[in-house]
Amino acid sequence: MLIEQAPYELTVAKKAPLLLAQLNSLTAHHREFCSEYESVVTAQWPNYAVANQLAAVPYLAVSLFKHLSLKSIPDSEVFKTLYSSGTTGNPSKIALDRETAGLQSKTLVKIMQHWLGKERRPMLIIDKPSILDARNSFSARAAGIKGLSFMGRNHCYALNEDMSVNIDAVQQFCSEFAAKPVLVFGFTFMVWQYFVEQLKQSKQRISLPNAILLHSGGWKKLEDRAVDNATFKQAVLEHTDIPKVHNFYGLVEQVGSIFVECEQGHLHCSSYSDVLVRDAETWHPLPLGKEGILQLMSVLPKSYPGHSLLTEDRAVILGEDDCLCGRKGKYFNIKGRLPKVDMRGCSDTFTPTVRERS
Amino acid sequence: MSNEPTNNEKLISSFATSLVIPESQVSESLAYNTINEWDSTAHMLLIAELENTFNVMLDTDDIIDLSSVNKAKEILAKHGITF
Repeated sequence: MLIEQAPYELTVAKKAPLLLAQLNSLTAHHREFCSEYESVVTAQWPNYAVANQLAAVPYLAVSLFKHLSLKSIPDSEVFKTLYSSGTTGNPSKIALDRETAGLQSKTLVKIMQHWLGKERRPMLIIDKPSILDARNSFSARAAGIKGLSFMGRNHCYALNEDMSVNIDAVQQFCSEFAAKPVLVFGFTFMVWQYFVEQLKQSKQRISLPNAILLHSGGWKKLEDRAVDNATFKQAVLEHTDIPKVHNFYGLVEQVGSIFVECEQGHLHCSSYSDVLVRDAETWHPLPLGKEGILQLMSVLPKSYPGHSLLTEDRAVILGEDDCLCGRKGKYFNIKGRLPKVDMRGCSDTFTPTVRERS
Repeated sequence: MSNEPTNNEKLISSFATSLVIPESQVSESLAYNTINEWDSTAHMLLIAELENTFNVMLDTDDIIDLSSVNKAKEILAKHGITF
């Protein structure tokens, strides 16, 4: 099983057959237990039996989770439901049972241990403490913070309820832990807008020279402000002394199998996930170096048919097994979101034969 | 003269305090995510409570493995706490 492997050590020769077998078994599982999924597969891939290569594994448009309640477990086994942040329209609803939720936490920890070590680090969270209130509303932001909290100790929230920097709390945290390896985590936009920018404007700075900053959640809002990755890292270093900054990419539809940015600035697949890039018109897989629509595969989703998903992001796969950082697996860059019109295009491809059941 | 609580008593009390449940509910087989009170948020409180009570440092493997009261004993034993 791939889940027992180290996250970045498998070359394609070892990984591909294991991955294909696990994805095929997930496809069969979801066809049996999710009738809506079965309808989509039958409609889009008539006579489908089994995939003989990665590109032949059926995929769902991620937006389907916004319209349909897709799950492969009875209601009585739904242990928790994750919701996407959903800036427009319906949020995605992802139903988890205990097994899948447990697998997600374990995998997230396994990937993070690679970057942070096993020891839990004092953790500064760039958000407000109340983000974790209302225990049963699992927003993507809250779920991300909860998931990453497992890697930390002595958790400190850097922001007040009004989103201003709680400078006393932050300085207290720094004076106590700055000499140790520290973990700082926040959503990309929050880190920029409510932390770095505020420190800059108030001419304050903090010093965490032994920290790693992990951030996630997309660049869209920062692109609108013309802030790219290099600018982001430089400003973080300037105002906080944090030397190591890693973005990570992941969807609420595939929690756990995240893609972390290496020292070369590339997002890496782990042993538990893979990516393909498809042409937006023909849906054919594209070769390395060509920009297209990103498809994500993960071996974790068992309670819902999310093991192979077409995202709404554009991406380029840069290579496989040969990143200069030394990690094995495919590595890629995200090139932004699809325009709205294209997004409707992808979900339309899959909707005609499926009607929502409530 | 009151006796020092045993490690077992301390363990039960740590679970009861951090999960906010009566001590009578803390059985060996009580498992993570089987009751609403022991969710991921409470799990972090529990870990901090166990670390303080027993003066140990639990790593991320321990946090993932600590999926029941029984497991907590095993993990603490690994850190030199006897039950």
